[in-house]
Parts: sequence; C-alpha cells; structure tokens
Amino acid sequence: MNSGSAPSSVAGTPEMLNGDSGRSKSHYHELLQRLRRDRLTTAGAAILAVVVIMAIFAPLIAPYSPLAQDPLHLFADPSRQHLLGTDDLGRDILSRIIWGSRASLYVGFVSVSIALLLGVSLGLIAGFYGRWLDTIIARGLDIVFAFPTILLALGIVGMLGPSLTNAMIAIGIVYTPVYARLTRAMTLAAKRREYVDAAIVMGARDARVLRRHILPNVTAPLIVQTSLSLSLAILTEASLSFLGLGAQPPDPSWGSMVNTGQRLIELSPWQAVFPGMAIALTVLGFNLVGDGLRDALDPRMRN
Amino acid sequence: MIRYAARRLLQVVFVLFGVSIVVFLMLRLIPGDVVDLILGSEGTASPQQLAELRKLFGLDQPLYTQYLSWLGSLLQGDLGNSIRTGRPILPDLLDRLPLTVQLTSLAMFFSIIVAIPLGVMSSVMRNSKFDGVLRVGGLLGLSIPNFWIATMLILLVSRYGNGIFPTSGYVPLGRDPVASYKSLFLPALALAAPNVAILMRMTRSSMLEVLRHEYVVTARSKGLRNSAVILRHVLRNALIPVVTIAGVQVGYLLGGAIVIEQVFALPGVGTLILNGISHRDYPMVQAGTLLVAALFVMVNLVVDLLYSFLDPRIRYE
Repeated sequence: MNSGSAPSSVAGTPEMLNGDSGRSKSHYHELLQRLRRDRLTTAGAAILAVVVIMAIFAPLIAPYSPLAQDPLHLFADPSRQHLLGTDDLGRDILSRIIWGSRASLYVGFVSVSIALLLGVSLGLIAGFYGRWLDTIIARGLDIVFAFPTILLALGIVGMLGPSLTNAMIAIGIVYTPVYARLTRAMTLAAKRREYVDAAIVMGARDARVLRRHILPNVTAPLIVQTSLSLSLAILTEASLSFLGLGAQPPDPSWGSMVNTGQRLIELSPWQAVFPGMAIALTVLGFNLVGDGLRDALDPRMRN
Repeated sequence: MIRYAARRLLQVVFVLFGVSIVVFLMLRLIPGDVVDLILGSEGTASPQQLAELRKLFGLDQPLYTQYLSWLGSLLQGDLGNSIRTGRPILPDLLDRLPLTVQLTSLAMFFSIIVAIPLGVMSSVMRNSKFDGVLRVGGLLGLSIPNFWIATMLILLVSRYGNGIFPTSGYVPLGRDPVASYKSLFLPALALAAPNVAILMRMTRSSMLEVLRHEYVVTARSKGLRNSAVILRHVLRNALIPVVTIAGVQVGYLLGGAIVIEQVFALPGVGTLILNGISHRDYPMVQAGTLLVAALFVMVNLVVDLLYSFLDPRIRYE
C-alpha cells in the first residue's frame, strides 16, 4: 500500500486524506490513531475480529460437530452442556453458529470481490474513456439499478438454481453498479487534474495512467464502500439462505437456521433467536467500521 | 417543468425497455430450456418430438426474434402462462398486487412517522446521551435482518400479545379495512425497521447541514422561538434530500416485502415469485420480477416529478 515514491507532505492535510498524493507512513499512523480514538469503531473492529477468529478456528472452538445429532436432546434449552441449546435434530446451536460464520464471511468476501473487480473496471473505463463507452455503461447501470437488489439476486439464484455458489454470483452482480458508479464519478474528477494531463503528454500508456494516477484517487471511498458492501452482502446472503436459496441443508448457515427456527418457533425459540443475533452483530461490526473509516478518511463528513 | 417531465419520461421508457431485456435474458440462465423443463421427468420424447416442441415455442428462432415476439405479447398484456397451472400469469399477478402495495405503503408510513421526529430530536440534541443512543440504535437497525425482526415479533406477540395482532394470513382491504390493516401491522413493522434507521440517519445529517446556514442564525436573532426556527426554517429545508431518497426506499421495501410476506404467510407478489422458484415455474418468476421492477421504476418517476414540482432547482440541473 505504501507507495514510497511520492513525496511525503504534512500529515493530516485535507488533500492528503482524500488520497491526492502518495501515502506516507505518518498518514496511516494518523489514520489509525483517529480510528482508535473512536470507541464505536474499536468495538466494531473487535466484533469482526471475534467473527473472523470463529470462522478460521471453527473446528478447534466449536464444542460439537455442527452435524452431530443427539436424538435424546431435541429442542433443548440453553444449558451447561449446550450453551445455546439444541435444534430440531438435536444439533448444538452454538457449534452450528460458529461453523455458520464461515458461510457468511466466505460469501461476503467473494461476492464483494466480484462486485469490486467488475464495478471498478467498468467505472474506470466509463470515466476515463468517456464518450459512447461511458454512455453504454452508464445506461446499463441505470437498468440494473431499476431492480430492488434482493429481487434481482432472487431472480438470478432462482434461475441458476439454489446453492451457495450461485448466491455468491448473484450478490456479486447485484452490488457491482454501486462500485461502478462511485469509481466513475471519482475517475471523472481525477481525470481533470493537471498531473493526469502531464502524464498523458509525457507519453504514459493508458494502463499506467489509470493505475498510477487515477486509481489512488479512488481508493479511499472504495475502502469505505467495501466495508458497507460487506455488511449488505452478508445481509443479502442471510436473506437468500433464509428463503432456502443459499446454503443447502445440512450445511450450517445463519439465515437457514433462522428459517427452520421460525417454522418451529412454537416448540423452541432458540434456534431462531441466536443465529439472528449472530447475523446482526457481524453486520453491525462492518457498519461500525465503515462509519468510522468514512469519518477518519473524510473529516468533512463528520457531524 | 414540462421539458423536465418529458426528459424524465423518455428516460423511464428506456429503462423499462432495458429491464424487459434483462428479464427476458434471465430465462436463458436456467440449465436447458423450457422444453426440457416441461418434459423434464418423462424423458421419453424422441429428438424429433423435442425439435418440434421447440419450434412450437419459437425456440428455433434467433434470440432477438424471440425477444421481439415476447415483447409484443407483453405489450398486449400477455405475460405468458404458468408452467405449473397452465393459466395466464397476469390475472394471478394482479390479484396479488394489492397486498404487496398495501404492505409497502404501510411500512413507508411507519418509517416516516417514526424516523423523522427521531432524526430531528437527535440533531437538535446533538452529542447528547439521547443522540448517542439513537445513533447506535440507527446502526443496529441497519444491521438486523428484517426476517429476524419479523420472527421475533411473531414470538413476542404469540407469547404475550393475547392475539391483538394476527401473526399470519391476510384479510383483503375490501372485505374489512380494519382487520386488513391489523393483519398487515406486524409485517409492516418488521419491514419498516431497517428503513426507519436509514431515514433517521438521513434526517439527522440533513438537519445538521441546514442548521449551519446563516438564515438559521437570522431567524434566531430576529427573536423567533426555537421550535419555530426548527420546524419552519430548518426542517422544511432539511427534508428535501430526505424526500429524494423516498423513491429509492420504496425499492428496499418492495424487495424486503418478498421476504416478509414469506414469514407471515401473506399471499402477495413476493410469495408468488418464491413459489415460482420452488416449483421451477420460471415464466412466473420472470413475470413477477418484471412487475416489481416496473413498479419500482414508476414510483421513482412519480417521486421525481413531484419533487421537481416542489423544488424548482431540480428542473434546471
């Protein structure tokens, strides 16, 4: 990330924070400090750390196998043996939540990566080359924006067939336009800068201009957007799984756990209660960090 | 105004055209084609019979011919027939539409009456404890999945509610308006929750933006009471950007309604789409998606036109 080649200017000037010049060490130091001072952001980061650790070390942390059924303890209330109770098949809810974090994070990261890659490329092309390419891309984005996100995701998964992979593809497509529009706007603004003209006059190839001079201007808003997109992607995955269009049984996924729990809520509420809390906390973590990043990267946005 | 409206209308026609292409192509995503689907389990048809069936459905034609004939019947109000029931899709869809519209508008109503007062109070009492609680509450509202809120509402009401509100099923508006709104009360509440958070945050930041303006200082210095300044001068201007996103919010609500209808067993458009998916009734899914997207586009058009009517600055952008 540290380009090193750019001259380091005084840390904390607004131009720098908008990603105008290269990032010096002091810039990141300052940014980190500012983030750490904000208690809510720290709380968000802590939540995310816990979820990530849960996902990575699931086999070590989970007290039971997520698939192990215990026919003698169906719908058990929380107890010392099963901290969050058991589900309709006698499976340990806590273990399933711990394993379920993998599906949520995995889908979140992969689908946002798809959206980021597609969206940023489209946005750069549209903003940099302009003319008919821009018109085509911008009109295309208008069309995708005409669909409520969950509806489009449903439609795509419905046609491709319900599975976690197809859910990832659908969510990735659905969140592409946000990145494209953001990148396009930032590219248009950056293109007017003199140093871009200078680079072009000096004979730099398009790819180099885009990578060295345009992209760095776009990164700050992209980072903020990514944090918020991750929260939305995880929520969308949860909705799809809740509707039976994401992870397929018996794989543990928070959304589908709530679904089963909701249908059997008369028998025991826990299977619906706890996975929902896991979704909310994880999404809250991404939202808190996203808010904190936005405030730290763009002080003018702070109220 | 008329020029703006005409330009906006043209844009909408273009977007709807694009939407129809996307929805048409959606059907190409399914593995195989409609003929495989109908014959699916039987598998006794000879290659010749398959080819003839494809010809019957026009599947031997180039894609754009297929699209044009599909669009042609679409414009005549023919959305095709359900694979499952064999009946025309449009009447079924229109049957379900009132519920979805009623649910969405009730949720919008809830969002507005809760979010705007809270946002105003939060901005006026900026950085107070109350503001802090609302800010965290707003972030929580953005983070809690609506289907989980719905589930928790069902749990609470069925345990402690003594049946004040039904937790499933729908009473049509025409049959009994009071019972109808009662049957949608909990679903609309669950649907509105994330929206309240978004609107409240928007109102708060928009209020803070306006509070900085000089005319607010002027209004205060000429001796106006604080409540008059806030309500007459600040709120009116602060609501402009809030209203702009109202159209987009309808999109969230329409999308969310699909999920919420499922939880409360409401026979709306969303349930129809989801049943279509689980029965592999793809034309139904296609038609439902088209209808909801078109509705969303039209609502946005109306909001934009109303808005430009209220705020002349928009027209000259």
